[in-house]
Amino acid sequence: MTTTASPVSNGVNVQALLDARTALSDAPAGAQFTWKAATTWQNGTHSQSTVDSYFGLGEEQRHRSTFTFDADHPEVFAAEDNGATPVEYVLVGLASCLTAGVAAVAQNREIQLRSVKATIEGDMDILGILGADPDVRNGFNGIRVNYEIDADATPAEIEAVVAQSQKRSAVFDAITNPTNVIVDVNAG
Amino acid sequence: MHIPVVVIGAGHAGLAVSRELTEQSIDHVVLERGEVANTWRTERWDALRLLTPNWQTRLPGLVYDGDDPDGFMTMSEVIDFIDRYATLIDAPVETGTTVQSLRKPGAGYEVVTDRGTWTSDAVVIATGAFNKPKLPALAGDLPAEITSIAPDKYRGPDDLSEGGVLVVGASATGSQIADELLRSGRDVTLCVGEHVRMPRVYRGKDVQWWFDRTGLADESYQDVDDIVRARHVPSPQLIGTANRRDLDLNALVADGARLVGRLSAVNGSRVHFAGSLPNVCKLADLKLGRLLDTFDEWAATSDETLESPHRYRPTEVDDRAALQLDLETDGIKTVFWATGFRPDYSWLDIPILDRKGEMIHDGGVVTQSPGLYRIGLPFLRRRKSTFIHGAGDDARDLVDHLAAHLARRTTARTA
Repeated sequence: MTTTASPVSNGVNVQALLDARTALSDAPAGAQFTWKAATTWQNGTHSQSTVDSYFGLGEEQRHRSTFTFDADHPEVFAAEDNGATPVEYVLVGLASCLTAGVAAVAQNREIQLRSVKATIEGDMDILGILGADPDVRNGFNGIRVNYEIDADATPAEIEAVVAQSQKRSAVFDAITNPTNVIVDVNAG
Repeated sequence: MHIPVVVIGAGHAGLAVSRELTEQSIDHVVLERGEVANTWRTERWDALRLLTPNWQTRLPGLVYDGDDPDGFMTMSEVIDFIDRYATLIDAPVETGTTVQSLRKPGAGYEVVTDRGTWTSDAVVIATGAFNKPKLPALAGDLPAEITSIAPDKYRGPDDLSEGGVLVVGASATGSQIADELLRSGRDVTLCVGEHVRMPRVYRGKDVQWWFDRTGLADESYQDVDDIVRARHVPSPQLIGTANRRDLDLNALVADGARLVGRLSAVNGSRVHFAGSLPNVCKLADLKLGRLLDTFDEWAATSDETLESPHRYRPTEVDDRAALQLDLETDGIKTVFWATGFRPDYSWLDIPILDRKGEMIHDGGVVTQSPGLYRIGLPFLRRRKSTFIHGAGDDARDLVDHLAAHLARRTTARTA
């Protein structure tokens, strides 16, 4: 009996992604997506956001269920700590986007992953958000991500997967480049 | 007037096609808006030299025969070489003839110029890949007091106003211009996006020798994983100098360049840079490592006498590279757009461009318009297609295809 090595599977359907790339290159209007969330103030700095739908492939799409996110600030900010702080959601967004990319790129390069762990830290001088020093920015002054990856590949191949994941990451781009933000208000 | 084939453009690629047509006794004319080798004459800077060594600068029927095979041709040497080629092959060039429109009224073609109209059964477009500077939309947002310049209008450092220069783009053009400006005593800030790092010489041999000998230069467009990506790989950070020095980011920083990320926004005199500088440098370092691995694997099976393998120092990046600066307070008077070129198809009246304005072709055969051919684009048929020495094989393949097309048309007419 002959045995063949089991095919690489990181649980990513790369063929579907490649097919989508081809299809959307021919029909670029379908590639225009709009991502959405709705947020309701609860009390204090606590708010609750829901995510249930988005627009893409030319029509409104729904997630399989509604996802709910509580955001608040910790007690050192004299808040009730009902959820992660908004800036922590930003870190979650970046780390999960990069990690999804690691899995997809590894699958495309036929690299079997055994474990992928990321830790992420963002440094911030809160004199900015407190309005105490106009020379200090509100946002992060630096973000560090550290990956521990166990995979069937050389260290250089694993580094290349992580580098490629950054190159193709929406959240990495959103954080490393400016974006116009327009906030409308309906009062009364 | 009617002629079987019109070739548009008398640069090295158009002339290589002309030579193959002559070899196959196919009557043709080569239309040239200026003189032979016009782009090299009029739209390139003074200090530019070829990125390929002299021994590699060859066209069908003409090889370099000078006394400096490892040197790199200056622009005037390139012009002389191509001029000499046009004479050698006795190319039927109509100079000073600008094509104003290329149409396909029926099965054949109509080429309207400022010196009359030709009709033909086939057309080969050899007008170059690097006609117009490709500027990002935000180039229009710069304040009026900043000089904005692209490579086609630049001749040398003296063309620029006094003061610092922001060079946008770190591929072959951007890194060479940054190098030249640093050597002329300017302060240079270099915006670095994705780029290709390459040593000039590895294990004692020019990097182009490696591409040539390992077969990478001949790799077919049908054999690469992702031809769209391969056709858009930035030009490598290389320069042709007598001492064959490297021109990577470490070398530029050692000479005083300040590195920043890709230019991402212009807001008055304040400019913003992406925070992706460490990653684009990492990508380039890793890619260089893989290229050298490929070379070394080939070397292990060859009987060439080579120096020992080695690896290059990773690109040194400041983790706190500037994310924005104010052009005014920083003393930057000029922004140099080394952001790539695009072909000019403003005269083309046949719908064969995609939504990005690029020609749709299969290895230079414009399948949607039988009898129409394109030569001289990056990775047209082979990795070397964009180089002078790549024109010969592509011309031969395309003229073979073209000859079959003409034969079919003749058969159809006489049947």
